[in-house]
Amino acid sequence: MSDALNQAADTAADSTPGSTELTDTSQVDYTEVPTLVRNGLWENNPALVQLLGLCPLLAVTGTVTNALGLGLATLLVLVGSNVTVSLVRGFVPNEVRIPVFVMVIATFVTLVELLMNAFTYGLFMALGIFIPLIVTNCAIIGRAEAYASKNGWQLSAIDGFMMGLGFAAVLLVLGAMREIIGQGTLFDGADLLLGAWASHIRIELFAVDYPLLLAVLPPGAFLGMGFIIAAKNWFDHKRKLKAQPQLAEKVARARVTSN
Amino acid sequence: MSFYIASSPHAHQRRTTSQLMRIVALAMIPGIIAQWYFFGWGVLLQIGLAVATAYAAEALCLQARERSAFGGLRDNTALVTALLLAVSIPPLAPWWVIVIGVAFSIVVVKHLYGGVGQNLFNPAMAGYVVLLISFPVQMTSWLPPIELAGSHPSLWESIHIMLFQYSTAGYSVEQLRMVETGALLDAVVMATPLDHIRSDLSQGMTLSESLRAPIFAGIAGLGWQWVNLAYLAGGLVLLQQRVIQWHIPVSILATLALCAGIGSVIAPDTLPGLDIHLLSGATMLGAFFIATDPVSAATSNRGRLVYGALIALLVYLIRSFGGYPDAVAFAVLLANLCVPIIDKYTKPTTYGHGSAARRDTKQASSSSKGGN
Repeated sequence: MSDALNQAADTAADSTPGSTELTDTSQVDYTEVPTLVRNGLWENNPALVQLLGLCPLLAVTGTVTNALGLGLATLLVLVGSNVTVSLVRGFVPNEVRIPVFVMVIATFVTLVELLMNAFTYGLFMALGIFIPLIVTNCAIIGRAEAYASKNGWQLSAIDGFMMGLGFAAVLLVLGAMREIIGQGTLFDGADLLLGAWASHIRIELFAVDYPLLLAVLPPGAFLGMGFIIAAKNWFDHKRKLKAQPQLAEKVARARVTSN
Repeated sequence: MSFYIASSPHAHQRRTTSQLMRIVALAMIPGIIAQWYFFGWGVLLQIGLAVATAYAAEALCLQARERSAFGGLRDNTALVTALLLAVSIPPLAPWWVIVIGVAFSIVVVKHLYGGVGQNLFNPAMAGYVVLLISFPVQMTSWLPPIELAGSHPSLWESIHIMLFQYSTAGYSVEQLRMVETGALLDAVVMATPLDHIRSDLSQGMTLSESLRAPIFAGIAGLGWQWVNLAYLAGGLVLLQQRVIQWHIPVSILATLALCAGIGSVIAPDTLPGLDIHLLSGATMLGAFFIATDPVSAATSNRGRLVYGALIALLVYLIRSFGGYPDAVAFAVLLANLCVPIIDKYTKPTTYGHGSAARRDTKQASSSSKGGN
C-alpha cells in the first residue's frame, strides 16, 4: 500500500514539469502569501482558532522542550504532507482522497518518528505515543483537505509552514507557562532535543519546594489553553474597539457639518 | 394605573443573598467550634487567612470588572466560599496552600465565569480539588484529634508551624502527627479515619482489623464523628430557617446510607458500613453546606433529588473503589457538570398542563397528525 503511494508520489514529483503542474507554477499568485502568514500565525491559528490537534497540544506541553520537539515534528509533517498532497491532487480521485491524505501524512510521521528515534532518543521516549499520534492530528489533515488539495505546491508549502509555526508557537507558549508555574524552570531537559550543550540553557527562575502539580498535570493544560485563547480574544476585542472610535469620530464630524 | 403582576409564590419572605449567606456562615459555627476543639487553633487561623484572601481577591476582581466593590463585598458569598474551603483543609497546612486555593476559587471559578450566580462549579470545591491534586502531601496531613494527641500546639505555635512548617521546638508537621501507641510501634503517623481504612485495606487487612485502631474508639472515628454531628446540627438550623430545601441533604444521606447498607451486606470485610460513611470525612458538611450551594446545584425539587443521589453515589463509589479516601469535592464537581442535563429532564410543568411526558406524547401525536 505504502509502496503504491510512494510510487504515486514519485510520479507526481516526476511530472512536476507536466502540463497541470506547469500551469500551476506559471500562475502562482504570491500576493496571497501575507494572508497565509497572518492566517497561520494569528487569524486562523490551528490551535487557538480552529482548536485542532488539541490532544497532543494538551498532553505533551509539560515543558518547553517537549513542546518544542512536538512543534517541530508537527511542522515538518505539515509542510511535507501539504506539498505532497498538493502535488498528487491531480491524480487522486475525489472519493478516496481522505485515505490517500492519511497515508501521505502517515509516511511523513514515520519519517519524523524514525529521525527522532535516531537523533533525539531521550525526547523520543519522553513524547512516546504522541509522535505516532501526529497522524491523527486534525490540524494536518485539515490543511490537506482545506488548502493543499486546492492550491499549488509552493503556496501549500508556505501555508503548511505558517500553520505549523502557529501551532508550534502555541505549544511553546503553553509549555513555557506550565513549566514556569509548575516547576519554576525553563528549557528543562533541552539537551534531550538539542544535544549535550543545551543543558546549559536550562534556566531556573525560582526554586520551588513543592511543584504546583496542577500546572504539570493535564488539568493545567486545559486551564492554560483557556487562558491563552481568552487572551487572544481579549487582544482582538481591544484592537477592534481601537478601530471603532475613528469611525464614530467621522460620523460625529459629518453631523456637525450638516448642522 | 398599572397593576404589578407577580408570578407565584405570593407569600414572600424577602431575604437578600447577603442575609442568606450570613445565615449559612452562622450555621457553620457549631462545626467550626467542634473542629477547633478537636484539631486546635490551626482551624481558626486557616479561616482568618481564607476570609482575608477571599475579600482581597473579590475586591480586586470587582475592580478589574468595573463593578461596584461594595455591593459585591457585602453579599457574603466570598465569606461562605472561604469558610467552606478553610474547614476542608488540614489545620496546620502551610499558609500559602489556603491562599492559593481561595484565590483560585474566587478569581478563576467565580469571577472568570461571570461572578455571583454565574459560576458552573462550586467555587470552594473547585479550589479544594486544585489544592488536593497540586499539594497531595500538605492536603492530607491532618492532625490526630485531641483525644489521641492529648494536646494541640498553642496559638503561637500554630502560627509558627503555618509559616515555617516547623514548630518552635523544631518538630516537623509529620512528627506532630505521630501518636504514641502502647503496642508494637512506639508511634504511628495518624491518618483520618477514611484514610486509615483505605491504607489498611490496601495492605490486605480486613475491615474489622482496621477498625481496631485507636482512632475508631467512638462510632465512626474519634473527633470526626462529633465534627460531623456539629455540622448536622448547623444543617438542621439551615433547614429550619428555610435557607435550604430538604431535598439535597436528604437525598444525599439516604442514597449514601442505602449504598453503604448494600455494600456492607455484600462485602462486610472490605466495604465500610453506614456509620463510617455517614459520620466520617466531609459527609455532613457536604450534604448540608456544600452540595446545597444555590448557584451550582440543580434548580427544581425533583432535580435536587437526582442531584443529591448522584453526589452520594459518586462519593460512595470513589470512597470504596477510587483513588482518594474522601470524595465529596470530586462528587460535587462531577454533579455540577450534570446539572444542565438534570435540569432539562426534571423541568417542572406549569400547573394544569399535565405531566411533561404526557404533553410530549400529545405534541408528538398532534404533530404527526399534522404531518399526515
